Amino acid sequence: MPKILDQRRLVPNLHLLEVHAPEVARKCRPGQFVIIMPDERGERIPLSIADWDVERGSVTAVFLVVGTSTRKLAALKAGNEVPVFVGPLGRPSEIASFGTVVLAAGCFGIGALWPTARALKAAGNKVIAVIDAKADYLVYWKDRYQSVCDRVLFSSRDHALASKDFIPRPLEDTLKAEAPVARVIAVGCTYLMYACAQATKPLGIKTIVSLNPIMVDGTGMCGACRCTAAGKTKFACVDGPDFDAHEVDWEELFIRRKSYFDDEVRSLCRYEETELP
Amino acid sequence: MAEEKKELAPELKEKLRAEFEKDWRKDLRKAVPPKDRMKQVRQKMPERPAGERNKDFKEVNLGLTQDMAQAEARRCLDCANPQCIAGCPVAIDIPSFVKLIERGEFLAAAWKLKETNSLPAICGRVCPQETQCEELCAMKKASGVPVAIGNLERFASDFERLSGSINIPPLLPPTGKKVAVIGAGPAGLTVAGDLAKLGHKVTVFEALHESGGVLIYGIPEFRLPKAILKAEVDYLRRLGVDIRTSFVVGMTATIDDLRNDGYEAFFIGSGAGLPNFMKIPGENLVGVYSANEYLTRVNLMRAYAFPAYDTPVFQAKTAAVIGGGNVAMDSVRTAKRLGAERAVIVYRRSRTEMPARTEEIHHAEEEGIEFQLLTTPIRYFGDNYGHLRAMECQKMGLGEPDASGRRRPVPIEGSEYTIEVDLAVCAIGQSPNPLIPQTTPGLKMGKWANVEVDWATMATSLPGVYAGGDIIRGGATVILAMGDARVAAAQIDKYLRR
Ligand SMILES: Cc1cc2nc3c(=O)[nH]c(=O)nc-3n(C[C@H](O)[C@H](O)[C@H](O)COP(=O)(O)OP(=O)(O)OC[C@H]3O[C@@H](n4cnc5c(N)ncnc54)[C@H](O)[C@@H]3O)c2cc1C
Ligand SMILES: Cc1cc2nc3c(=O)[nH]c(=O)nc-3n(C[C@H](O)[C@H](O)[C@H](O)COP(=O)(O)OP(=O)(O)OC[C@H]3O[C@@H](n4cnc5c(N)ncnc54)[C@H](O)[C@@H]3O)c2cc1C
Ligand code: SF4
Ligand code: FES
Repeated sequence: MPKILDQRRLVPNLHLLEVHAPEVARKCRPGQFVIIMPDERGERIPLSIADWDVERGSVTAVFLVVGTSTRKLAALKAGNEVPVFVGPLGRPSEIASFGTVVLAAGCFGIGALWPTARALKAAGNKVIAVIDAKADYLVYWKDRYQSVCDRVLFSSRDHALASKDFIPRPLEDTLKAEAPVARVIAVGCTYLMYACAQATKPLGIKTIVSLNPIMVDGTGMCGACRCTAAGKTKFACVDGPDFDAHEVDWEELFIRRKSYFDDEVRSLCRYEETELP
Repeated sequence: MAEEKKELAPELKEKLRAEFEKDWRKDLRKAVPPKDRMKQVRQKMPERPAGERNKDFKEVNLGLTQDMAQAEARRCLDCANPQCIAGCPVAIDIPSFVKLIERGEFLAAAWKLKETNSLPAICGRVCPQETQCEELCAMKKASGVPVAIGNLERFASDFERLSGSINIPPLLPPTGKKVAVIGAGPAGLTVAGDLAKLGHKVTVFEALHESGGVLIYGIPEFRLPKAILKAEVDYLRRLGVDIRTSFVVGMTATIDDLRNDGYEAFFIGSGAGLPNFMKIPGENLVGVYSANEYLTRVNLMRAYAFPAYDTPVFQAKTAAVIGGGNVAMDSVRTAKRLGAERAVIVYRRSRTEMPARTEEIHHAEEEGIEFQLLTTPIRYFGDNYGHLRAMECQKMGLGEPDASGRRRPVPIEGSEYTIEVDLAVCAIGQSPNPLIPQTTPGLKMGKWANVEVDWATMATSLPGVYAGGDIIRGGATVILAMGDARVAAAQIDKYLRR
């Protein structure tokens, strides 16, 4: 079974997980994800690939602690094993020489967009990152972004890093200042991606988002992950996870992500009361 | 699309004749005259009471006792020219195994089965016997009631498993050749077993975390206990087969990557995993599942035990399942077991056209499943939270026969009505999974997104790459998948020794 090489808190509620999975590492491309099952009774949950190291044979993800599965992951230690770590899954993000690309990242998306930032720079783009966090102490991997991006901006709900704002405003400002911008890529919580899509739509700038519907197998077998894009039903795990943000039926995605809200609360209560280490 | 092999090969006929002429067979035939055999009634499979079994997931059928099995075996006339064998896609020597049961040699009967069928405990439970071997049985023609071949097959192989004396056949000396089998469904597992016995080094790559394909994620415990599958998989391991779960060919490695890693031959048994939807309004509401998702949550992820297991599944008051095949029956009976007050089959044709096994339809009726036949959903309605609340249906009439020979359903205008449902499961069929075709340049595809093969050899358009089961046929059956696999294994062996 795949072995955990590292599991630690990056900032409050956001953790890094590095797993020994040499075959997966060999094939990783920016924008892909893995499915992990924290223990034998666990759920199969998708996590974006935030980094990989072919030599070490490892794959890294960054996750937000929200419910039972991610709490179980947060309790793992180096040397533990997980029953399932399968991937890489999904279509890789499109990497080409586009010109100027603006990345909008928040939450686990800061990790998830890192391979894309690196690859876009290597492909000769001007890469600008706008990183969003509730407060400055919740920003991680700042130095990584600064090492490959032409500019890195921040938005947070406190004043410590930059303007006190939510991401759409600084994003709009950046798009104007950097015009013409060839594309925007936004990754993070659903609301952040939705807000970025709203901001870029009037400007007519192509915007890519990495959708995060509920999944089970991650290989196109179940249809749990279905989303509507351009009026057609798509399976996010095999047709995505990247989609054109202006074609996505956001309301449907918000609703479908909440499918099991009551069950998730029940599961979490049971876990915290009976199993939490 | 599927090949029907009705005429038995001359070598096979000769072999069957030799068995038929054996002294013990002659003696048995003489011991009980045919008219006494014909007087016996078919042994009824013991089953748990419907009102008890529709509340849990334990197996419905309990299996024949030894006495019952021998009594049933006595019904077989041991025909000089047995027809049943032509009905079996893998041509099991049915009279021989049945007569071994009559004689009380249950282990020998199991081994006889295994000469041609590597998964008899499974086939005995899930084959549509009434349209295969039992359809052609002479007793059916004579008395209307065929010998219970499927139940006897199940009996003999259960006897072997429970006796703990599973026979490990002698393996041929190692050839040093590496074979990659893609998918651990019935097709892949069969190829793996056959090639391991022939001395090749076999690795099975399976995308999910457990082996069995549809047998583990689709067919529920109440019809096929997981312990049976586990015994089959353990047996393969003992033959030296390496099973790598959580490995998605096409993603974790492509067929070309595996070739570079030293695999010389390939078998694609990746099944028909892609669920079809009806493309009607409201199908993406919360509470509308594909049968694959519904059954995977319950079977593979064990959502019936939520929250002890973490994967949830909706509990319904009224569950509607769209479709009339085995997949639909499994889904609707699952919904009932999870506590649905009403569990309803909605099927657009009539009962006679239902493709499900007769036994499953019968069991479903006993368990309190409702059938709304000649009916199709045309849209789903949601509540303010985007959750399924009702379904609009339309009545259908039957028109002219279509390509499948079944009468085509035609909508009846003005017959629309609405039923309140809080769970809908779409079980209208699956298509071949596109992952491998998409990532394997040069692999020739057929009209239905199936991998194209030469039906005599199961060879694809790529050298050394063979395929079988649902990936070439679309949703078919376990025994057809296994039949393909046996042909492919023999051809792969030839290819490797060329
Ligand atoms: C392609 C993809 C990539 C993702 N990448 C990351 C990532 O890099 N880091 C990260 O923190 N999160 C990521 N997510 C979301 C992550 O999968 C969920 O946060 C996680 O499943 C929550 O599980 P839980 O048991 O802890 O929480 P739960 O209590 O089960 O649920 C909390 C929330 O998570 C969502 N969720 C629950 N189950 C699933 C599931 N099986 N699949 C998707 N979402 C689910 C629900 O909408 C729910 O609102 C990604 C999702 C997808 C589809
Ligand atoms: C609910 C249900 C009930 C059924 N009931 C019956 C019945 O009563 N009787 C009967 O005869 N038939 C029945 N069938 C049909 C029967 O199960 C199938 O015809 C049979 O399983 C096909 O076998 P297979 O090996 O071709 O494919 P599958 O059983 O589908 O197995 C394919 C395997 O390949 C794996 N896979 C797919 N892609 C990849 C990849 N890229 N890399 C690695 N692995 C991969 C899948 O995860 C799966 O495990 C039923 C089917 C369902 C869904
Ligand atoms: S394998 Fe299926 S078709 Fe063949 S004899 Fe057994 S039950 Fe009949
Ligand atoms: S997660 Fe099952 S099809 Fe996408």
